[in-house]
Amino acid sequence: MVTTAAVPPEVLDLVARVTGDEKHDPSAHSTLDVVWVLYDQVLRVSADDPDDPDRDRFVLSKGHGPASTYAVLAAKGFFPPEWLDDVASWSSPLGHHPDRTLVPGIEIGSGSLGHGLAIGVGLALGLRGRGSPARVVVLVGDAELDEGSNHEAIAVAGRSGLGNLTCVVVDNHSDRHGWPGGISARFAVEGWAAADLAARDHAALRDALLRTEPDRPTVVVADTTTPPRLARTTGTEEAAR
Amino acid sequence: MSRPGMRERFYAELDAVLDTHQAAVVVLAVIGAAATARTAARHPGRVVDVGIREQAMIGVAGGLALAGLRPVVHTYAPFLVERAYEQLKLDLGHQDVGALLVSTGASYDASTAGRTHQAPADVALVSALPGWTVHAPGHPDELAELVHREAGSSGRAYVRMSTLQNDRAYPVDGRLHLVRDGGGDLPLVVSVGPLLDTVLAATRDLPVRVAYTATPHPLDAAGLRELAGPTPVLAVVEPYLEGTSAHAVAAALADRPSRAVHVGVPRDAELRRYGTPRDHAAAHGLDAAGVRRRVKELLG
Repeated sequence: MVTTAAVPPEVLDLVARVTGDEKHDPSAHSTLDVVWVLYDQVLRVSADDPDDPDRDRFVLSKGHGPASTYAVLAAKGFFPPEWLDDVASWSSPLGHHPDRTLVPGIEIGSGSLGHGLAIGVGLALGLRGRGSPARVVVLVGDAELDEGSNHEAIAVAGRSGLGNLTCVVVDNHSDRHGWPGGISARFAVEGWAAADLAARDHAALRDALLRTEPDRPTVVVADTTTPPRLARTTGTEEAAR
Repeated sequence: MSRPGMRERFYAELDAVLDTHQAAVVVLAVIGAAATARTAARHPGRVVDVGIREQAMIGVAGGLALAGLRPVVHTYAPFLVERAYEQLKLDLGHQDVGALLVSTGASYDASTAGRTHQAPADVALVSALPGWTVHAPGHPDELAELVHREAGSSGRAYVRMSTLQNDRAYPVDGRLHLVRDGGGDLPLVVSVGPLLDTVLAATRDLPVRVAYTATPHPLDAAGLRELAGPTPVLAVVEPYLEGTSAHAVAAALADRPSRAVHVGVPRDAELRRYGTPRDHAAAHGLDAAGVRRRVKELLG
């Protein structure tokens, strides 16, 4: 049973308030499915207590095109929807790249690519060390993986056995030179549990994002171009081949 | 006869740092891992070695700080500051979190290793970013006091260790201290960190006063204004890139006619020689003879 895209219309409307685009700009949308499913069904984080030390952290590493994250945070009550109407203006706390010190619910300031995963590794190490039950979910883009800093972080996370870390790769096939063998294989060979699926398949997304392994981090590669019916999940061994 | 240096002292203090400061976590990139192996064993999970991955090292430090911990990050100065400079800017500064960075190598301690392991620009680079405090201790006791203090604070601090050191320790309260007086009107030589003994030797018989600080950034502007007087004539001697503190000195003295000479590692040429740190100091004019030459120019 496949569930296709089901981002509620009111959230789509919030995205449109940011982009000013009735047709919904695809680049703003590439992360929307993942961010919506995370905040709606996966993360234990609430606008009522956005600084809870044990909240789950969503780390938007791919900081460009934050419209969908802003829209979802507004939909979940982290800040008033009116903030969406003048993004990147002088008086707005919302910019084209988010700043954690300005926006409730934004966990890191990002924009320059390749920073979020290492920060997420540090967060996961710190939360684990503190005995916190919190999870860390980092969103990166497939093109962002070009930055070598990600591959430092992938190795460190794998070898550190960070069961509280999940990396979601939103794969819209915009990377310059491709990833022979597949993106998830790059993580699996470093000891990550890996799943490949279609970003529009919200049920599969939810299941994959809820699934963690106690002794290893998890990568979920969400293809924004795959029709849901072609989606499949792969285990570590298969992905590593 | 060799004395225990700052680097050995730093490793020796880490046990006590981790005992005292429960939020402290040491982050390494291989350098220092062997020397801290016993400390790591005694404090499970609190010494993290990310391998030779300096970008990850600073990113991880940023994440640890976001989780409420206090990262103590250590490697060679060029890898700590230059290799991961954008991570310093973004993963620490832009996230508005703190860390204690402790570097080894200084400007040319690694004289035999060549340019790749030398970082005379480190203080200029770190102090170009908002919110950092830079300490350049001149003695292992100063280093130990600074590391303990900063491990228990929450700001962004860079501590620059060096194999060069002074015979005795001076206060590390961030202030400028008059070490040699001689009359309020005499020109002032400001010496930073481990170059103090060199400066004292260089100016032994010259009509100057000598002041010391182990914290060049932020510079003790009020102390400088007081010591320099209404018509300052001064030399600033720093063990890293020449003129690193020139902006801070100029800003502190903007309201009075002043003449200042800045002495440090020359900016314009790469020294493609090996040899000892002493050889490099001489080549850069940072030995007693070279410093004396520059101070005498100031005196006219």
